[in-house]
Amino acid sequence: MGSRASSLLREEDIEEIKKETGFSHSQITRLYSRFHSLDKGENGALSREDFQRIPELAINPLGDRIINAFFPEGEDQVNFRGFMRTLAHFRPVEDNEKNKVLTPGEPLNSRTNKLLFAFRLYDLDRDDKISRDELLQVLRMMVGVNISDEQLGSIADRTIQEADTNGDMCISFNEFTKVLEKVDVEQKMSIRFLH
Amino acid sequence: MGPFISPFSNLLCMLLGISFTLWVTLLLVFIIVPAIFGLSFGIRGLYMKTLLKVFKWATVRMERGAKEKNHLLYKPYSLNSIIAKEPTSLEDELKEIRRNGSSRELDGSASAATGPSPSSSEFEMSDTFYFCRRGIESIVDDEVTKCFSAEELESWNLLTRSNYNFQHISTRLTVLWGFGVIIRYGFLLPLRLTLAITGISLLVVFTTIIGLLPNGRLKNFLSETVHLMCYRICVRALTAIITYHHSENKPKNGGICVANHTSPIDVIILASDGCYAMVGQIHGGLMGLIQRSMVKACPHIWFERLEVKDRHLVAKRLSDHVKDKSKLPILIFPEGTCINNTSVMMFKKGSFEIGSTVYPVAIKYDPRFGDAFWNSSKFGMVNYLLRMMSSWAIVCSVWYLPPMSRQEDEDAVQFANRVKGAIARQGGLVDLLWDGGLKRGKVKDAFKEEQQKIYSKILVGTQADRSRS
Repeated sequence: MGSRASSLLREEDIEEIKKETGFSHSQITRLYSRFHSLDKGENGALSREDFQRIPELAINPLGDRIINAFFPEGEDQVNFRGFMRTLAHFRPVEDNEKNKVLTPGEPLNSRTNKLLFAFRLYDLDRDDKISRDELLQVLRMMVGVNISDEQLGSIADRTIQEADTNGDMCISFNEFTKVLEKVDVEQKMSIRFLH
Repeated sequence: MGPFISPFSNLLCMLLGISFTLWVTLLLVFIIVPAIFGLSFGIRGLYMKTLLKVFKWATVRMERGAKEKNHLLYKPYSLNSIIAKEPTSLEDELKEIRRNGSSRELDGSASAATGPSPSSSEFEMSDTFYFCRRGIESIVDDEVTKCFSAEELESWNLLTRSNYNFQHISTRLTVLWGFGVIIRYGFLLPLRLTLAITGISLLVVFTTIIGLLPNGRLKNFLSETVHLMCYRICVRALTAIITYHHSENKPKNGGICVANHTSPIDVIILASDGCYAMVGQIHGGLMGLIQRSMVKACPHIWFERLEVKDRHLVAKRLSDHVKDKSKLPILIFPEGTCINNTSVMMFKKGSFEIGSTVYPVAIKYDPRFGDAFWNSSKFGMVNYLLRMMSSWAIVCSVWYLPPMSRQEDEDAVQFANRVKGAIARQGGLVDLLWDGGLKRGKVKDAFKEEQQKIYSKILVGTQADRSRS
């Protein structure tokens, strides 16, 4: 039953998540109750079916790829820590000045990490390169049946041609970052979390 | 030698006999007789006011206790949003990306051969950002999944089932809660069970008797009286405190009454104020027995399980019933499933195609006294009824809205949406386009295909431009 949701999350866990992700105490408890309400099996972890039960996500053309981003390599359960870690990518960047994030290295919601998240949506096999096939797959997901293979192929070719600087017919993460230099990634890949 | 009866057990028998008689008399005088005549002593209103005062005190106490112990009180997420969603659409966002300097300007000199202008919308790798963000937003907060679980309350109503902060905050609160448990399970529950059993048995017995009479005015009159009486007893069996508004708009013969659906109790609430012809599937067991005896006294529309799938058959029977002006108005819940009373979901168009006058009714429960929502994936019917009967009370408001008819220029779906909007506005509920069937089933691919179509248009539209230039 949902009545004991907040009591299952211990203070130490909340502190750790706060340090790692930068979310505030109240945001973490509310996201925990959301996690709990999605967890129909009540086993403390979400499966792919739990995500697919959200209608707005199921009709999103990139829904499956987004769900994939939550699950670490080869696993099909994500616990609350993993859930928060992925959501942390979408925290707005300005908040970092307000709450000092104490982890070493870059915060999860830095521009680079946001771009990495988007890069991984394309790069399904995690070989740090977006091949022509991978690009075509994502394009096909977004346009459905409305564009022919040839047209789609030429769009993919053009995109790779313009982004590829080292001639290997694939887009590496650096090339990806360069292409999106002018795009306001911080704003487009952020969600306004309230208090 | 005969059985030896001690004077003690004799006394016990006498005491039991007296208390039983007293109990039944109280029941009769305060509950059953007023139910028959539709009167009220005002006891329930007083009960409600007292309870509200107690709940307020309990919440204040809990907040104070939490502050003292430095715990953070859990705030239900459904009341205050976790995120503020951006209202931009797909087209606007993609146009913005392309307008604010696409990456192509960097390579303007390199790709001189194709030389597209900055305003042409070709595929950008950042197009995925929009879908990505919307996807994550829907994971954190979406409209639909919260309709299928019970509404969360701001103040605690001394029921463990709706408490999220139950730690031992103060002795007084725990004592009060314990006291509440004793009252609810020790006194209210048996009382209500007795009433429910009385009500149902009277219904079955009387309707069977009336069924023996020949059809005519007398039979109709008696049938209406009996139905009303038994439903009123059932209403008291749930301690339901109902306020009816705009009774001048009550449904008339030959019409269809549509209402939003939260629980099976909706039927009892509406039927205790007016007589309706019910529509539904024949069940087995006790439910089936009640259904079969009800139909003897006045014509209800019960379908066999197989007939339910045949939409034409259903439509034909409904329209036949409606054409006969001597028959009672039909009661239908077009959502098709129980929703948690914070929103109204898609109305199925079947009842709106029949072409008779529609009388919309909005039902809004006050969840502070007991949540009436039936979460059928979590609780079975018996479990649900027990929870209902051990809550404090069921408090709700019923609004009868003015009748509506389908206009020439609208089809059944638009008419259904119009009625749905009126009900949502009156009841203060959120008007959603989503199908209640999403409780159990998957969403249709057609919605995804729509989004894909819009995106494709943005891409392909430019192909046409490029071929022209």
